[in-house]
Amino acid sequence: MLDLIAKVFGRESASADIARERLRLVLVHDRTNVSPQFLEALKEELIGVISRYMEIDEENIEVALQSSEHQVALVANIPVRRMKRAAVAER
Amino acid sequence: MGQIIVVTSGKGGVGKTTTVANLGTALAQIGNKVCLVDADIGLRNLDVVMGLENRIVYDLVDVIEGHARLKQALIKDKRMDTLYLLAAAQTREKKDVTPQQMAELTEQLSREFDFVVLDCPAGIEDGFKNAIAGAQKAVIICNPEVSSVRDADRVIGLWDAQAENKSPAMLIVNRVRPKMVARGDMLEIDDMLEMLAVDLLGIVPEDEHIIVSTNRGEPAVYHRESKAGAAFQNIARRLMGEQVPIMQLETDDGIWAKFKRIVGLSRG
Repeated sequence: MLDLIAKVFGRESASADIARERLRLVLVHDRTNVSPQFLEALKEELIGVISRYMEIDEENIEVALQSSEHQVALVANIPVRRMKRAAVAER
Repeated sequence: MGQIIVVTSGKGGVGKTTTVANLGTALAQIGNKVCLVDADIGLRNLDVVMGLENRIVYDLVDVIEGHARLKQALIKDKRMDTLYLLAAAQTREKKDVTPQQMAELTEQLSREFDFVVLDCPAGIEDGFKNAIAGAQKAVIICNPEVSSVRDADRVIGLWDAQAENKSPAMLIVNRVRPKMVARGDMLEIDDMLEMLAVDLLGIVPEDEHIIVSTNRGEPAVYHRESKAGAAFQNIARRLMGEQVPIMQLETDDGIWAKFKRIVGLSRG
């Protein structure tokens, strides 16, 4: 019912919402494309954090932004060599 | 030393030249000595918008190459004694000037003027690099539409990437149509500011007076009834450091739209 009212009052056609969403995605793409250093910096920090909990294969880490039509996802593949005992014990 | 401000946008046709002409005139109206510099070498337009196209003898490239002294090339405005224009060369190219030369020129101007306002060419190539080289402040012009905001984001990134001590970029949202914003068919200012992560310098409504004033070669700030002109005057005062509230744009949309806003069906 609310949908119907919204349609009658013309909210469904509000193109500003569409523009905002498209713009948000475009800027995510643009900003990551612009700086390759960005992913490198992110990778370094990820290694730092994760290494506190487990021993990882730093050589073979893959960090990338994958984008589909409707979203951009950060995909990280981080091979784990060994869990640290202290981190396990705390849990 | 005066302020050196570059007006830029990335995208063409969003109102850079109009902004430079109106902002410069407004700054002069409130007592500043102002020099406008057309950095769009090969495609000069600021002279026409200011109505000074028949007075150009020497241009920016003449000064840089030593064919004319700076004083000879500065064109005094028709109405304001404290407003001057340095025109772009029409038959030369952007690469005939280096960023270093532009920085030196604007630095020289800032010793004599309170404000040096540069009209940057569209794009992010040589002309853009020249125009931003000597500037301490950047005013980014953007229209409330996806492509313009996207280009503004790119330009802000390039401005921020400069090493020297430059002020953060400031945004002017130009050609806003309040009625379209009210019915949800135009990007909202707050959304644009959030996405661009930038400070707002002003909002300028779409205004037919701009076209008329460009036809005549008289900036809209001279016309009392021009809302865009009033917005530019407010922006000039903000650049002077005054706290001027952002103009509330009237929608003149009557009771129906007001009702829609009240019941929450339209973003107002």
